[in-house]
Amino acid sequence: MKHRPTTFLATVLPPAVALIVVLAAIEAWARWTHQPAYLVPRPSTIFLALGPGGSALWNALLWTAVASLAGFAVSTIFGIFAAILLAGSKWVRRAVYPYTLFFQTVPIVAIAPLLVFWMGVGIVPVATCAFVVSVFPVIANTLSGLVSTEPALVDLFRLYGASRFASLWKLRLPAALPNIFTGLRIAAGLAVIGAVVAEFLVGTLGEHEGLGVRIVENTKYAYPDRVFAAVLLASFLGLAMFAAINFIAFFSLRRWHASQ
Amino acid sequence: MSERLLKRFDRTDRARNEQHVTPKAHFSMKDHALGLTMLPMLQKPSHHRESGLGVRIEGVRRQFENGVVALDGIDLNVASGEFLAILGPSGCGKSTLLRLIAGLDKPQGGNVFTMEASHGRADRHGLGTRADIAYVFQDAHLLPWRNVLANVALPLELMGIERKVREESALRAIEQVGLGDAADRYPNQLSGGMRMRASLARALVTEPRLLLMDEPFAALDEITRQRLDDQLRALWAALNMTVIFVTHSTIEAAFLAQRAIVLSSRPARIVEDYTLNLPAERTGSIRSSPAFARETRVLYQALERNEV
Ligand SMILES: Nc1ncnc2c1ncn2[C@@H]1O[C@H](COP(=O)(O)OP(=O)(O)OP(=O)(O)O)[C@@H](O)[C@H]1O
Ligand SMILES: [Mg+2]
Repeated sequence: MKHRPTTFLATVLPPAVALIVVLAAIEAWARWTHQPAYLVPRPSTIFLALGPGGSALWNALLWTAVASLAGFAVSTIFGIFAAILLAGSKWVRRAVYPYTLFFQTVPIVAIAPLLVFWMGVGIVPVATCAFVVSVFPVIANTLSGLVSTEPALVDLFRLYGASRFASLWKLRLPAALPNIFTGLRIAAGLAVIGAVVAEFLVGTLGEHEGLGVRIVENTKYAYPDRVFAAVLLASFLGLAMFAAINFIAFFSLRRWHASQ
Repeated sequence: MSERLLKRFDRTDRARNEQHVTPKAHFSMKDHALGLTMLPMLQKPSHHRESGLGVRIEGVRRQFENGVVALDGIDLNVASGEFLAILGPSGCGKSTLLRLIAGLDKPQGGNVFTMEASHGRADRHGLGTRADIAYVFQDAHLLPWRNVLANVALPLELMGIERKVREESALRAIEQVGLGDAADRYPNQLSGGMRMRASLARALVTEPRLLLMDEPFAALDEITRQRLDDQLRALWAALNMTVIFVTHSTIEAAFLAQRAIVLSSRPARIVEDYTLNLPAERTGSIRSSPAFARETRVLYQALERNEV
């Protein structure tokens, strides 16, 4: 831990430098070759779009953040519970698990309008899309963690007459934690994508003013810098959620898991 | 042993003994070999239950779902308080046998009984033997997210014993195996030998009457293994338990056990049942004695005979 400052700089500095170099190159190239601004927005104008006067975008970020977090939270709870049920019985697993794949394969573009039909407009269908898109990795990873508990430890718990609940709570769930976090990391990014796509499709129908809505709008009125700024914010939202999960994973696993 | 735990044990003991009136034997041959003066912390309260569980195996057969017959018609009696070593080629069915004895697996044919010492009343599994049997695996298999203390206390925790009591017992077991100063360390901060000690402490914490060990020290270096063997032998002498110990090492078997059986390759049959002719008092130095060399040779030859 004493090397922390070094490792922090070592993680943050190289990608930051790389980003600045790339952005500067695009800026220079766009200016020198006189690319029209509506085709290639200057990185500088994208940043300006987020400055004063860009409050609509920051507001949109808030909407999208709430919707993705809600969807992600439901994914986490529902996904872990579903995995526990599936892990509990081989027959339930065989019967039901194939259908959870629908979450993965469903064309979200097609069902988003249906969700509006069922749930009305606003944040609910958007959060639901975030959930639908992000739940499968939680189920799949948690399940694979729960069913691969070390057999000797399962024997040990049986030997001392542990209840099913004790085996789950004291052995199988903690042993599956690294897998659960893997699932959550994937789900975090997907939840944001799911929310933005839903906003894109159905957000304009209601008073939900998320980033997807702004993207549609600004595309229509040809403000590519604002479109890019919105995309940037959405990506950072996904990154922030990912980082938060890594942070929690680090503190819950560092004492015992080799990954930390 | 603290009050509550003792009561627990006493209650189960009474239940176990209610059908007979034989007074508890307070003397066994092992007492000569105690070396208790060297290990004062091992002394037990005088009212502790008397003896290890015996095991009777009759014509046991175990065939796996894939058709492999691991055991076919094994008969074996293990006396209460005995230290039995099991030797045999890899994959012959030793672990299978141990799991059957522990009640972790069921045979397709035959019977496995555990027995009280004084009257030979056989007890089928699942009746009152839970806390009486402990199992040590080839790897330590500690829970990596728990420190040594919480790992060692786990069996008592699963049996529903309250925290203060189980932690006291766990600390005592940790002392017994010489891990006293590592109680709050996590498994990944321990050496392989220390992990194995913790695993042994976890097995001892319930004061088992039958300790099953499946090649427990096989992954350790020679010195560490010998040190643990020495300690195990002393613990066995002090703790009134039956030990069944699977090993690939004839030296380890000869040093630890009173009796060794050698199994043939699959399906396992007992091809040699040998009572070791060595003094009950076994310290490290016995390993270099001529008698010891002779006894290991007997075991080695038995192994070799059926290896081909
Ligand atoms: N659950 C199982 N399903 C199918 N076959 C099994 C199973 N468990 C063990 N076997 C097979 O049964 C045989 C005996 O296995 P066992 O683990 O008892 O051997 P072992 O004597 O302990 O071997 P080792 O010395 O390598 O530990 C082996 O051939 C093994 O492949
Ligand atoms: Mg084995």
